[in-house]
Amino acid sequence: MVAVKETVEQVKQLDVDQYKYGFSTELEVEKAPKGLSEDIVRFISMKKGEPSWMLDWRLDAFRRWKTMDEPQWARVHYPKIDFNDSYYYAAPKKNAAPKTLDDVDPAILETYKKLGIPLREQELLAGVQTSKIAVDAVFDSVSVVTTFKEELKKAGVIFCSISEAIKDHPDLVKKYLGSVVPVTDNYYATLNCAVFTDGSFVYIPEGTRCPMELSTYFRINEKNTGQFERTLIIAEKGSYVSYLEGCTAPQRDENQLHAAVVELVALDDAEIKYSTVQNWYPGDADGKGGIYNFVTKRGDCRGANSKISWTQVETGSAITWKYPSCILRGDNSRGEFYSIAVSNGYQQVDSGTKMIHLGKNTSSRIISKGISAGHSQNTYRGQVSAHRKATNARNFTNCDSLLIGETCGAHTVPYLESKNASAVFEHEATTSKISEDQLFYCRQRGLSAEEATALIVNGFVKDVLQQLPMEFAVEAQKLISISLEGSVG
Amino acid sequence: MLEIRNLHVAIEDGTKKILNGLNLTIRDGEVAAIMGPNGSGKSTLSYVIAGKDDYEVLDGEILLDGENLLEMEPDARAAAGVFLAFQYPLEIPGVATMTFLKAALNAQRKGRGENELTTPDFMKRVKVGAEKLGIPQDMLKRGLNVGFSGGEKKRMEILQMALLEPSIGILDETDSGLDIDALKIVSEGVNALRSAKRSFLVITHYQRLLNYIVPDTVHVMSKGQIVRTGGKELAFELEANGYADYVTNAAA
Ligand SMILES: Nc1ncnc2c1ncn2[C@@H]1O[C@H](COP(=O)(O)OP(=O)(O)O)[C@@H](O)[C@H]1O
Ligand SMILES: [Mg+2]
Repeated sequence: MVAVKETVEQVKQLDVDQYKYGFSTELEVEKAPKGLSEDIVRFISMKKGEPSWMLDWRLDAFRRWKTMDEPQWARVHYPKIDFNDSYYYAAPKKNAAPKTLDDVDPAILETYKKLGIPLREQELLAGVQTSKIAVDAVFDSVSVVTTFKEELKKAGVIFCSISEAIKDHPDLVKKYLGSVVPVTDNYYATLNCAVFTDGSFVYIPEGTRCPMELSTYFRINEKNTGQFERTLIIAEKGSYVSYLEGCTAPQRDENQLHAAVVELVALDDAEIKYSTVQNWYPGDADGKGGIYNFVTKRGDCRGANSKISWTQVETGSAITWKYPSCILRGDNSRGEFYSIAVSNGYQQVDSGTKMIHLGKNTSSRIISKGISAGHSQNTYRGQVSAHRKATNARNFTNCDSLLIGETCGAHTVPYLESKNASAVFEHEATTSKISEDQLFYCRQRGLSAEEATALIVNGFVKDVLQQLPMEFAVEAQKLISISLEGSVG
Repeated sequence: MLEIRNLHVAIEDGTKKILNGLNLTIRDGEVAAIMGPNGSGKSTLSYVIAGKDDYEVLDGEILLDGENLLEMEPDARAAAGVFLAFQYPLEIPGVATMTFLKAALNAQRKGRGENELTTPDFMKRVKVGAEKLGIPQDMLKRGLNVGFSGGEKKRMEILQMALLEPSIGILDETDSGLDIDALKIVSEGVNALRSAKRSFLVITHYQRLLNYIVPDTVHVMSKGQIVRTGGKELAFELEANGYADYVTNAAA
């Protein structure tokens, strides 16, 4: 397998500094004043040139947020966040309103190049890759460029930044924004409603199969700046879209906040496949710095026979608090959650999913693979529930944890709730360790300790990696071994 | 040539000695058998040659073609030509057997400064080797050793040995858990690998295996030492009289 070889090679090339996305880019930026207030909310809205209904929505959220408390139930520990000690808006100065790639600051393009993100359509087209990926790139608070727009437009697909969508497609945004994750859903989601700065918007018209993979890359660059992006994907009846999301951030000593909201709506017979490779800066070897990642992702299978599947590879962030979920509202709808969560160093992961069965004959599948190394703590938290009317609801959950070393922890917290006697939920969970004997066996066959670990881990996560689009699977495999570098020997 | 001189080994916490001044030389092309009662240290010897961590070498040396194995990591020893067919092969879930074989083969080649095999070349070698050992193709797609029967695991060990072409193959109780048909197939697999350059250390509790893999020398091990050495006829003597003599002798 090529991927195994690449993993092995990647591990070999590694230096002491494991986080290769840790560089930062020098840019002239425009920032909002530090802190959080109604004025800041107004500032953001004004900078975005938003209509007044949007500002009102934000202000309403902000007022509600002030009455809310930070949730405490997750198995993560961190000092109290001072929300006034952050910047809530940072935009590269040159990027007033880029119309084409040529208007974008070359320093930003250079950054994305370093990250390996193919923004230049011509490069992509000239490349050997057979598949095309349309990219929306979000740099700190603004979307810098969206590629392949014209081609997508021909298919009737809208793929643009959420800021543009608010201006150009207000009816769609008004109809769907906040319809899956209500404004007051949770503390971080409500904060996001007030101060979100950018993100992606996707609309797939009825009966359309999106002609290419859509992708967004999020990059936090500025110091002390929170990133609050907002993504909204609507798949009309009988449509299909596959969407990829990637995230990186520079290496910084202080913690940075990331609180995104992603809403997916699938109407009758529609399918949305949402994949994430999350690689925010995880902090240094002593647990200093890193991103606090508090994310609300939810998909609504609103129509009959609709399907939403979440696939995530989580390797970064100091703290991950994230539960991509599905509301299975339409009859015969299906939700899937495939997850690989890797933690090393002092990372804390509390992640999982919710499958809420409301309609008849709804089914869901959860495959979660947690890998803990170093001093990290890795918790799977999952809820499966069947509503009174959810006749014949089916869930299968498989939740495996792999421990590397003696100082890490893995935890599984499943919640099962059924109000309909015909519902069948299956739950399997295992916890294992990479045994010394397994390692020795591999090394006796000629593999180094790192190669052996990478191989065993790849085997462990195989079921989930297979769910990722090809381009991402290879990248994800590399990432996993990079994240685990230094955890053996 | 493998030379083991005055080897003293304890388990890692140093409390229990397992090998007590063991001496053994295996010439190029020689098939040496080690027989001995359970608990005499046969597996320990094979692990120490291969470089397993759990053991502490207190004294002595192990040389392969003059190279000091004790100073090398397990993977370097493998690349230098040491192969151990495990008494209890390990399972690696999710890693297709084929993937594992390729990773191992290429890692060793790299360790020796050789080029990686091309995929068609590799596939051909696996196919030929698997056929000889009666290993069906679809087994190669399954996770390594996962759900394999005892006999299948042992055959897989021999397939690995055939692909990796070691200079010394150590077989630790490869006959245990094999029925007579499987024993024949496995023995034929080993015999096909015998050559003037390649030596074998065949560890077994029973004489039966040595009817199929006929050794040049037979060594009796007891209490962590080689207590007697002879030709292949020594195996029959042991089969007839049991190990009782050696157990008491060594204890005395
Ligand atoms: N890792 C270990 N920890 C503790 N005791 C061990 C270990 N390995 C071997 N021993 C002990 O050493 C002795 C020799 O074991 P072994 O080498 O497996 O013998 P054999 O293969 O000849 O049956 C036994 O008493 C066994 O219990
Ligand atoms: Mg033994």
